[in-house]
Amino acid sequence: MSPVNYLYLAALLFTIGAVGVLIRRNAIVVFMCIELMLNACNLALVAFSRMHGNLDGQIIAFFTMVVAAAEVVVGLAIIVSLFRSRHSASVDDASLMKL
Amino acid sequence: MTGLTTLTTLAANTTSTGEAVQFWILGTVAVIGALCTVLMKRAVHSALCLAATMIILAVFYLANGAYFLGVVQIVVYTGAIMMLFLFVVMLVGVTAADSLKETLKGQRWLAALCGLGFGVLLITGIANASLKNFNGLGAANTAHGGNIEGIAALLFTKYVFAFEITGALLITAAVGAMVLTHRERTERARTQRELAEQRVREGRQLPPLPAPGVYARHNAVDIAGLLPDGTPSELTVSRTLRERGQIRDVSTQALEDLKALERRSEDRLGREGHGGPALPGDRNDSGRDGNDSGRDRGGSGHDQDDCGHDQNDSGRDRDEEEAHR
Repeated sequence: MSPVNYLYLAALLFTIGAVGVLIRRNAIVVFMCIELMLNACNLALVAFSRMHGNLDGQIIAFFTMVVAAAEVVVGLAIIVSLFRSRHSASVDDASLMKL
Repeated sequence: MTGLTTLTTLAANTTSTGEAVQFWILGTVAVIGALCTVLMKRAVHSALCLAATMIILAVFYLANGAYFLGVVQIVVYTGAIMMLFLFVVMLVGVTAADSLKETLKGQRWLAALCGLGFGVLLITGIANASLKNFNGLGAANTAHGGNIEGIAALLFTKYVFAFEITGALLITAAVGAMVLTHRERTERARTQRELAEQRVREGRQLPPLPAPGVYARHNAVDIAGLLPDGTPSELTVSRTLRERGQIRDVSTQALEDLKALERRSEDRLGREGHGGPALPGDRNDSGRDGNDSGRDRGGSGHDQDDCGHDQNDSGRDRDEEEAHR
């Protein structure tokens, strides 16, 4: 098996995540799909790191994880405050920035 | 240590048959998990499917020689981030299902088409790229004594500035989350005494609110208690459930039961009315057996009536069963 297969898997997962972001209406599920895309990128980075024989790809994947953690914290806080003000987690209801 | 080193070299340098088998099996599961994340109707199911996909990705990291990242993936992603997701799902409401109404017409199909095109583009791009040289991580992992040491050496020399910035980012995110979810109190919280006084002053609901549930039939908190006329009382369900619209209504069922009961009793009374002189023990259940035997003794001219009476009896038995329940 060629390690390029990992890249194909990463591309597939990224595409599924992107489609999920486009078709889902629940803000939490949209957020989960974004996480899926980030994870697919990480897989590609790790596979690249193995192909090129240095650890830089893993470092970038590590930074991606840190940024994803920060992003999830802020994003979920936004979803919670949106839900508090609108009583719905649908992205359609949040079409206006104001209340 | 030497065993680990050889393992590292093996895992990173060659793609063995075992790894191929693992890739095809776990890769299929990962794709199914990702699809379920997108297609499941409830957010909780999506979160669980995503957690499964992330664990499989952690296994792939380990197979690719990224031991540190594999463990961090499990600890940070499935351990922390997915649990945070589940917390928020519980906060927002588990049953808050996605609305299937399309705001833009045909948007779903267009999105799926775009996704398909994007995927085809990405995969042909990877297929056309020249990814022939394949070095493996063996040398890189053993240069500093191991994968974790190698990552540490890079992180604190070449990427030390980015690492410091990461700290600032995390602090900002924590403060931002606190600011976003913090609710400013515009007035002092009222004490229990003040609330009681206000209740007396308003005079609307002096005693505690009635409890949910219908006695001896349902006692779930989301079922409104029934008023004497059989209509549900909204007051009995907690305000949160009321606002979410999660009240289960059993009033129609109760009303139908009541109607059936009335019909049966009317039936019984009606038949007894034209079936001959009613005995005084006819009305209560304890006198039923005696009544039956008396009727049998009454002669053969009342065969039809006896049949009807038996039916009534069975109906009455059903009544009793329901009362027991």
